[in-house]
Amino acid sequence: MAAGGALIAIECARKLFRSRSGESLEAIAEVSLAIASQEFICVVGPSGCGKSTLLRLIAGLETLSSGAIRIGGDEVAGPRRDIGLVFQTPVLLPWRTVLKNVLVPAEVLKLERRSALRRAHGLLELVGLHGFGERYPNELSGGMRQRVAIARSLMHDPSILLMDEPFGALDALTREAMNLELLRIWRASAKTVVLVTHSIEEALLLSDRVAVFTPRPGRIRDVVDVPLPRPRSAKTRTDAVFVRLADKLRGYFELDAVPNGQASAA
Amino acid sequence: MMLAPRAWLDRYAPPAAAGAVLLAAWEYLPSSFGVPVLLMPPPSSVARALWAAQERGLLLENALITLAEALTGFVIGSALAVFFAFLITRSRLIERALMPYLVGFQALPKVALAPLIVVWVGIGIESKITIAAIISFFPVLINAIVGFSTIEAEKIELMRSLVASRWQEFRIVVFPNSLPFIFAGLNVAIVFSITGALVGEFIGADRGLGNLLMQFNFNMDISGMFGVLVVLALMGIALHGTVRFFHRRLVFWAEPERFGPDAH
Repeated sequence: MAAGGALIAIECARKLFRSRSGESLEAIAEVSLAIASQEFICVVGPSGCGKSTLLRLIAGLETLSSGAIRIGGDEVAGPRRDIGLVFQTPVLLPWRTVLKNVLVPAEVLKLERRSALRRAHGLLELVGLHGFGERYPNELSGGMRQRVAIARSLMHDPSILLMDEPFGALDALTREAMNLELLRIWRASAKTVVLVTHSIEEALLLSDRVAVFTPRPGRIRDVVDVPLPRPRSAKTRTDAVFVRLADKLRGYFELDAVPNGQASAA
Repeated sequence: MMLAPRAWLDRYAPPAAAGAVLLAAWEYLPSSFGVPVLLMPPPSSVARALWAAQERGLLLENALITLAEALTGFVIGSALAVFFAFLITRSRLIERALMPYLVGFQALPKVALAPLIVVWVGIGIESKITIAAIISFFPVLINAIVGFSTIEAEKIELMRSLVASRWQEFRIVVFPNSLPFIFAGLNVAIVFSITGALVGEFIGADRGLGNLLMQFNFNMDISGMFGVLVVLALMGIALHGTVRFFHRRLVFWAEPERFGPDAH
């Protein structure tokens, strides 16, 4: 059963990890979430709440302890090629030029060379790196490297883009620019995006909906609609709706910061 | 790379001057302290001995034989080492089962095997190649195993997320990523391979620099022995320089500290 219109259906997903000492650690308690096609959804939560684990489960890099994740109706049993992955760090291959890094998925999937090359050039243009194809990763800034990683994740034209704190390692200014850049790329490429972040502002600026996680074991506390008009810009941050939603989301985390039982005393 | 005359002078003048001083000291000091010229021949007579050996057709021919033995052994030994490292790292279990023996064998001075190899393979060029190969094998093997296992988890996950085959994973990510380690092994192996060929020739051979050295030794031709040492040193520098050249060409992208202790 494919839930009505949902491209990614997460049903009662639960994930336990076994620690070295043999204890089991609950990373995700019970998460259900339906993500529509071409939706941009952000997952926010405190560090260690299992939000990255959820992304890895969708990517098929981890297996569920119980529950199910379906993509287009098929249960996820392992990595699949209609997903593009962007990590917290760019994970570029330093011995390859920028262009050849972008071409890695084409090489693995044995795509036709000429059209792959054309597409790679197009993607470099899309992420604003026209003319940087022959450079090596260590000649680029952190923001530029992450753009290469985004171009690479789009190379094999996946319908889903999974991004794990893709701008977490960047400075605030670069991060802001990259957020707007990502929105432009998303509009141009019509992907379903699931982006994990711990920045409330980033989540609101980017997404259609924000899924808020509790601290570990991760559960979904709330899914907040973001009815801000698109295209969004830096000015969106001053929108009254943005400010109100940011306040609401921040409220969730302040709750977490106060240990149980002391809330009334404070 | 072309250097400006000034930079050229800065780089080469100090070692050239030191070399000249050392040669002059070697030429004149021993005799002035009463050391017999026969035991400690001056550079001039070493040069004459080299020239004489060359005129008798001994030098270049024997040098080329030793060079061929060392280089062939090095190439075979290193290639096999990379191949075996690939097989061993395919399975954690095999790696864990074999590693203590490999490390143990690595600790054995491989030249001790040389007499055995000469008995098994004969006194021809093949036994020297075998010894050079065995002696080159281990440093490359150990480094390649470490190199194949030392890789960022995300790089592997990137390949897994694309549903890459094990071979694609190895070819696109694991092998290039291991090159700094493999070259650390090759830098050691290339010098070892000359030692291997030479020891093989000491034990039993009718050709090669090792054989020539033994002949000069037999005739108490100390100048000739020094001459062979000079040729061996030049050969070592040339081979090591060749490996260094490829090292820099292929591993230009690595962080300096990952070049290993051997590179500068």
